[in-house]
Amino acid sequence: MNSISIILLVVGISFDLFGCIGLLRLPDIYNRLQSATKCVTLGTCSILLALFLHYGFTSVGIKALLAIPLLFFASTVGAHALIRGSYKYGIKLTNKTVVDHYEEVDQ
Amino acid sequence: MMIDIMLYILMSFSFLCFIRVLTGPTMADRMVAIDIFGILVVGICALLVVKTGRLFLIDVAIAWIVLGFIATITLAKYLTRRKLDE
Repeated sequence: MNSISIILLVVGISFDLFGCIGLLRLPDIYNRLQSATKCVTLGTCSILLALFLHYGFTSVGIKALLAIPLLFFASTVGAHALIRGSYKYGIKLTNKTVVDHYEEVDQ
Repeated sequence: MMIDIMLYILMSFSFLCFIRVLTGPTMADRMVAIDIFGILVVGICALLVVKTGRLFLIDVAIAWIVLGFIATITLAKYLTRRKLDE
């Protein structure tokens, strides 16, 4: 593999590490989803981009390039729907919450 | 050799996700962890393409993205207690 692919792989795995640490350490579901979705999505997109740079314009490279916007939009839309659903379900926010704008908008 | 080490690191991250699946207080916490685990599996499939040279594994990754999206949307609609065809 060339050096740019290796750098992208290392960057992607470090973002995955930060996302998983956030998934384990943060206090409630809103913080966890906020940390984990952004970091892990960007890390996996970086790994797929490294795969595209390794294979070039072959069938595997084009499929990896097509998977990047698919993963990006699917992950963010799913996370937003899940946050909204868990707020409507009534899961409590953590005690350290400073402000909750969504409650004011909803009334 | 380097790809092997990266694969083991990603597998250990997926075990971290399973800790959250086991200890999550609510159902939504477990669903978040399963969602993140699905995204990690996409990265594992992408690395396995480089390691083994079997090119169909990138199709598995794309199918896993779509299935995880459908599962997340279904649980979100279940949590809001509405009907699925609304």
